[in-house]
Amino acid sequence: MRDDTMNVLIGGEAGQGLVTVGQLLAKSLVRSGYSILVTQTYQSRIRGGHNSFAIHTAVDKVIAPQESVDLLVALDAETVALHQGDISSGGLIVVDSALEVDGDSFLQVPFKELAQDTFSNIAALGVVGYLLGLEQGLMATALDDFFGRKQRQVLEENRRVLVEAMAWAASHERSGHQLPKIANPVQHLMMSGNEAIAFGSLSAGLRFCSFYPMTPATSILLNLAAQAKRMGVLVEQAEDEIAAINMAIGASFAGAPSMVATSGGGFALMAEGVSLAAMTETPLVIVVAQRPGPATGLPTRTEQADFEFVLHAGHGEFPRAVFAPGTVEECFHLTRKAFELAEQYQGPVFVLTDQFLADSYRAVPPFDVEHLAPVKVGAATAGSLPYKRFAVTETGISPRLLPGLSRHLVVSDSDEHAEDGHITEDLSVRRQMVEKRLRKGEGIRAQVVPPEMDGEQDPDLLMVSWGASKGAVQEAASRIRSGGKRVATLHFSQVWPLVPGQFMDLLESADTVVSIEGNAFGQLARLIRRETGFYIKKQVLRYDGLPITPEAILRDVSR
Amino acid sequence: MVTIEDYGQYETAWCPGCGNFSILKAVKQALVASRLEPHEVLFVSGIGQAAKSPHYLNANLFNGLHGRSLPVATGAKLANPKLTVMVESGDGCNYGEGGNHFLAAIRRNIDLTLLVHNNQIYGLTKGQASPTSAEGLVTKAQPEGVSSAPFNPIAVAVAMEAGFVARGFSGMTDHLSELIQEGIAHRGFALIDVLQPCVSFNKVNTFAWYKERCDPVSRTYDPTDWEAAMKVAREWGDRIPTGIIYRNDRVPFEEHVPVLRQGPLVGREVDRVMLRNMMDGCK
Repeated sequence: MRDDTMNVLIGGEAGQGLVTVGQLLAKSLVRSGYSILVTQTYQSRIRGGHNSFAIHTAVDKVIAPQESVDLLVALDAETVALHQGDISSGGLIVVDSALEVDGDSFLQVPFKELAQDTFSNIAALGVVGYLLGLEQGLMATALDDFFGRKQRQVLEENRRVLVEAMAWAASHERSGHQLPKIANPVQHLMMSGNEAIAFGSLSAGLRFCSFYPMTPATSILLNLAAQAKRMGVLVEQAEDEIAAINMAIGASFAGAPSMVATSGGGFALMAEGVSLAAMTETPLVIVVAQRPGPATGLPTRTEQADFEFVLHAGHGEFPRAVFAPGTVEECFHLTRKAFELAEQYQGPVFVLTDQFLADSYRAVPPFDVEHLAPVKVGAATAGSLPYKRFAVTETGISPRLLPGLSRHLVVSDSDEHAEDGHITEDLSVRRQMVEKRLRKGEGIRAQVVPPEMDGEQDPDLLMVSWGASKGAVQEAASRIRSGGKRVATLHFSQVWPLVPGQFMDLLESADTVVSIEGNAFGQLARLIRRETGFYIKKQVLRYDGLPITPEAILRDVSR
Repeated sequence: MVTIEDYGQYETAWCPGCGNFSILKAVKQALVASRLEPHEVLFVSGIGQAAKSPHYLNANLFNGLHGRSLPVATGAKLANPKLTVMVESGDGCNYGEGGNHFLAAIRRNIDLTLLVHNNQIYGLTKGQASPTSAEGLVTKAQPEGVSSAPFNPIAVAVAMEAGFVARGFSGMTDHLSELIQEGIAHRGFALIDVLQPCVSFNKVNTFAWYKERCDPVSRTYDPTDWEAAMKVAREWGDRIPTGIIYRNDRVPFEEHVPVLRQGPLVGREVDRVMLRNMMDGCK
């Protein structure tokens, strides 16, 4: 246990209000100027089971989750049983005094007494807040903001419980967990990956979002729905995912920047629609928040196993781009970029995340949204007349007019079509059209976000990763580096197209290359092999439903 | 003044004698009678011989996937409610592959006009049973005869209290054209199921078969009487009632949605100050 960083894990059953405690504690930490990284684990049930909300917090920027727990808040006995082994030396377990426990590492709190049965979670919040050295006034304000809309009485009782719990903790002093104070903290936003995608899409000019609920993508839609009226966005729950993607395509065709968000199973139903967006050259952003499959898999856990699926989904050949944000900031900016590319190249663009990142709250600096331009929709002019929606051009990009906004008729077809958009079986036109569509891929390639390289030149060890594992890999690298080894990381936030010129030198200069992925096939590694011939033999693969952590990487890499 | 010539005349991929020709004519007549110019109209279609119809007239067109014309039309109409959106496809497309969307479209009640070319057979794939094929109909794919009961779109739509439910027949072009015109004028979802022969693959439900049976509802028939409509909707035998079977004045979806009261989604600016304020809520 270090004194400038803390890993707090709150565990309990669904329905005990542990997410509320977690969010309030996280908010109080962010407002106090600390960095946070939240890992949420939950089960596919509304009540019971074991859920956890872990906050890795520090004075300096936190980039990865941590397995060892410095402060465990156990709202039930099962949490103790499951996590006792993870307690760091000097760590503390906060439990209800009714629980029979033994040892120095426990702080037994009379929750029932403090909380009068109803607000145990707030009592736990007060105790933990005190232990971490958070200010009472700041925590009370966080409570007010959270319960602001509820009854005044509930708010006052919560406040009273918070104050009493903090007082109780003060009189049962257990020092050693206070974070160093930050004077005049800079105000950051507390934002999850899914929230950042929602805000990124709004900033890019999203107008239409159709969805069918599916964990862990749903909170993107909930965030959008909450802001839809004020932002002039229509969010519609479709009858199924097939309808969702087709609606979004219809809306986009008519000129409303559109997005769908789902997870693997829902995306499977959308696959034909992906192909339709490509053939009709309709801009569309598709967010796939991964969870473990096959089929229903582990509905609430995390994995990176749908990359190959997303890369190949949709019949026929067409260009696409796949972004894989590694941080909450990247969720925002790459979603914006996805809208820009979709509009510019008129087709499907993907944002591939996972449950870990989707649900992970972080402290992020405010985005400069006033200076971030939304996408420009459609072409300004018809080009050569008569207007041809699919005019063959050098770049493959044809002027996209919007139906009903001019006297020109806009015709699109899922069948192979001529330049005017009407169905054709002229096979020379077919050839021209395939080539026109594929030429757009060259433009997409020219705009690829290069992989991020970090660390030593000519490294002994190069760790290759993509998506949400970014921080964990960088953290692991820095620990190995402090052991004296030359280490570098190569992290992909755009996983398609790959541009070998951007990373081959580094791959070839390393003594050992290891790929680190949240799947069982090593999907990025085999894509790199397919595209470049470079074979990454050593792999650290995680597919147990939990996020990749620095500890997990170190265990495997050193093997 | 818009004329039928504005909607053009094109060579088709249909068999001589196909019901689609008269339906196409009725559609053009209805658009002209509705005083709609081609650029004000968006056709959305699926896959099948019926779905090709909008290629043979001048208008905006999105010819999408099999079964998925309603969701595409839904998205387009919501993005720009100023467009007159016509959905045109066959019985297989709308009642089979797209069945769920048919139910959802009735529930949503968006201002769309759905034209279903219903020939009780799959034409494009050469003669398999459709959801509306009669029980016992023998095809190459159902050599022992169709064993499922036919789908009755009119009864389903009336049962769900769809805003506008009509049945036409391709052999009664002027009558059909009037129905389409009424469907376009109706504020909300309008279903027009159009019976038509398939000269190549349906040797039972022929032009003569329909002509003998299709019979407009009487002048005194009240389509706002739901119980009477349910009765008429189930009539299918020696007489097949045509005309407006049921209608009501349910408020269309667009008028429920506050975002759309501010105008079309298309062309709106992002309120960046509002966005900044909302993101500040994360502080």
